Amino acid sequence: MAVLTLPAPARTNVVTDVGHVWWRETLTILRDPFSLIFSLLQPLVFLGLFGPLLSGLAGNGELFGGSSLQWFLPGVVVMITMFGTSMTGSTLQFEIMTGAFERILATPLSRSALMIGRALKELTPLVVQAAIITLVAIPFGFVLYPLHVLVGLLILGVFGVGVGALSYALAIAARKSEWIFWAVQQALLFPLLILSGMMLPLETGPGWMQVVSKFNPLTYIVDAERVLFAGSFGDVTILRGLVAALVTAAIGLWVGIRSIRRATL
Amino acid sequence: MIHTESLARTFTVGKERIEAVRGIDLDVAEGELVAFLGPNGAGKSTTLRMLTSLLPPTSGSASVAGIDVLARPAEVRRRIGYIGQKDGAGHNYRVWDELLMQGRFYGMSKADAAESGEELLRTLDLDALRMRKVSSLSGGQKRRLDIALGLIHAPGLLFLDEPSTGMDPQNRANLWEHIMRIREQRVTTIVLTTHYLDEADAMAERVVIIDHGTIIADDTAETLKAKQAGDRLTVVVRPADAAAARTLLGTEGSELSERPDDDGTALSIRVDAASHAMPGVLARLRDAGVDVVAAAARRPTLDDVFLNLTGRSLREGES
Ligand SMILES: Nc1ncnc2c1ncn2[C@@H]1O[C@H](COP(=O)(O)OP(=O)(O)O)[C@@H](O)[C@H]1O
Ligand SMILES: [Mg+2]
Repeated sequence: MAVLTLPAPARTNVVTDVGHVWWRETLTILRDPFSLIFSLLQPLVFLGLFGPLLSGLAGNGELFGGSSLQWFLPGVVVMITMFGTSMTGSTLQFEIMTGAFERILATPLSRSALMIGRALKELTPLVVQAAIITLVAIPFGFVLYPLHVLVGLLILGVFGVGVGALSYALAIAARKSEWIFWAVQQALLFPLLILSGMMLPLETGPGWMQVVSKFNPLTYIVDAERVLFAGSFGDVTILRGLVAALVTAAIGLWVGIRSIRRATL
Repeated sequence: MIHTESLARTFTVGKERIEAVRGIDLDVAEGELVAFLGPNGAGKSTTLRMLTSLLPPTSGSASVAGIDVLARPAEVRRRIGYIGQKDGAGHNYRVWDELLMQGRFYGMSKADAAESGEELLRTLDLDALRMRKVSSLSGGQKRRLDIALGLIHAPGLLFLDEPSTGMDPQNRANLWEHIMRIREQRVTTIVLTTHYLDEADAMAERVVIIDHGTIIADDTAETLKAKQAGDRLTVVVRPADAAAARTLLGTEGSELSERPDDDGTALSIRVDAASHAMPGVLARLRDAGVDVVAAAARRPTLDDVFLNLTGRSLREGES
C-alpha cells in the first residue's frame, strides 16, 4: 500500500480558526433551514404586538421627540442579540455530553476562536433578522440610516461575542445538568434586559432601577443603538456603548478561556 | 515519541480526593503500538488526556512528539490524533461535513481535506454513509467515523481511548482490521487503551498494565506471560491416585495447586513449554501407577498476569 504523504502540519491563525468554527456551526442552520424561519418570525411578532402598545403608552406615537418605532426597534435588535448569543452554550452542552467537544478541543484550534466562532454563528441570523424587521418597519414611519445601523450592528457584534463567551463558560460550568444552564441564563437575561431600558423606558421607573441600570453594560449598548438608529454619530453615548461592548468581550473571552483550560470534562 | 516523568493527576470531587494517576514514567518510541491495559477506573483515560494536552497534570511532566505538553499544548495537538472514549463526531452533523471540517481545523486546505477524507471513507467502509446524519449511524459506524476524524491530518502519533468498547466480537475484529490497515498506510505510532485482555494480547506489541493509577508491568505480551505467569500443566486423577500424583508433580514443576474435579482431583503445575513437557510427565505418572483421566497444557493469558500481579482478575471488573 502506498504511504499517504500530506503536507507537514499547517499553520493556522485565529482569524481562519474563527471562520472554520463559525462555518461548522452555521452548517447546522444550512442543513436545517426551517429553524431559521422560526427565528425570523419571532422578532416580527414581538415588534407587531409590543410596538402598538408602546405607541399607546407614549400617546400619539410620539416618544422623546421621535416615533416610538424609531425608539423601540433598536431595542428589539438588542433583544434578539441577547436571546441568540446567551444561548451560545446550549448547543455546546450537547456536544460536551456526546463527546464532540473533547474531539474539537484536541485539535489545534485557538481557544478564543472556539468561542468567537460559536457566538458569531448566533449573530449570523441576527443580521438577517435585523434587515427584515427594519424593512417591515419602514412603511410604518421608521427612518433607516444604513451606515449608522451598520455601525450599530458592529458594536452589537462585539458585545454579542462577549455574551456568547460567557454563555460558553456557563455551559462548561453547568455541563452536568442542562437545567442549571437554562436556570442561570434566564435568571440573568431578563433582569439585564429590563434594567437596560430596552423594552420600556427607565426614566419613568423608580430611582433604584435607574441606579442599577448604570451598572448594567447592556444599558450603554441600548443607548448607543438608539442614538445610532436615530441617525446620529456625534454623541459620546456611542463611544460609551463601544467601550461597554469591548469590556464585555474582553471579560467574556477571559472567563471563557479560563474555563476551557480548567475544564476536566 | 512520548516521554513522561512522574506524571500525576488528582481530582477533587467535593471533599474527596481521587488520585486518578499517581506518577507514571513512560517512554514510547516511534512506530510502536502500545496498549494501556487495566480495569475501569485505573487511570487510562486520564493519562491519555494529559498526554494529549486536554487535562493539565497535577504534577510531573510529559513531552509528546518532542514537545513539552504543558509549555506548548497547541504544538502537541497539531502533531497528534486523538480519538476519545465518547463519540467524536457531532450528532447533528453529516458525516462528510464533519470530516471536512476536522481537516480544516488542522489547517488543511479544502482539497487536501477532501482527498484525505475520501481515502478514509473508503478504508473505513464509510463511503455509503457520507450524507447521513451522525445521530443515525450505528455504534460501530460512529466508531469508525471517529477514527477517520482522528486520522484526517495523517498524524504521526495516534491516541485511541477504548476504540472497541461496546462492540460485538465481529465488529471488534472488523475495526482492528481497519486500524491495522491504516497503520500500514499512514505510518503511525499508536497508543491505545483497552480493558479487553484478548485485544491487548492479540493486537499490541507492547502492553502497559495500569492499575490504581500506576504502571505495574510493561513489556511484550509474550514476555509478560512468560515472566509473570508461565505455562501450566493440569492433570485430572482419581482420588485414590492423588497422593502419588502430587508427589511426582512436585518434582516436575512449581506452584502446585489443586481443586476438586468431577472425575477426581485436578492438579496443576507451572512448567516451561507445557505442551512439550506433557508427554514425558504423563509417561512418568503412568510408570508411578497413576491413572490419568484427563490432561491439559495451557498457555497463560494476560489475565493470569494481572491476577499474579494484583491478586484480582481483570475479568471480574467486566460488566
Ligand atoms: N473529570 C473527573 N473528575 C473527577 N474524577 C475523575 C474525572 N475523570 C476521571 N476521574 C476518576 O479518576 C479515576 C480514573 O479514571 P479514568 O482515567 O477515566 O479511568 P479508566 O479510563 O482507566 O477507566 C476514576 O476513579 C475516575 O472516577
Ligand atoms: Mg477510560
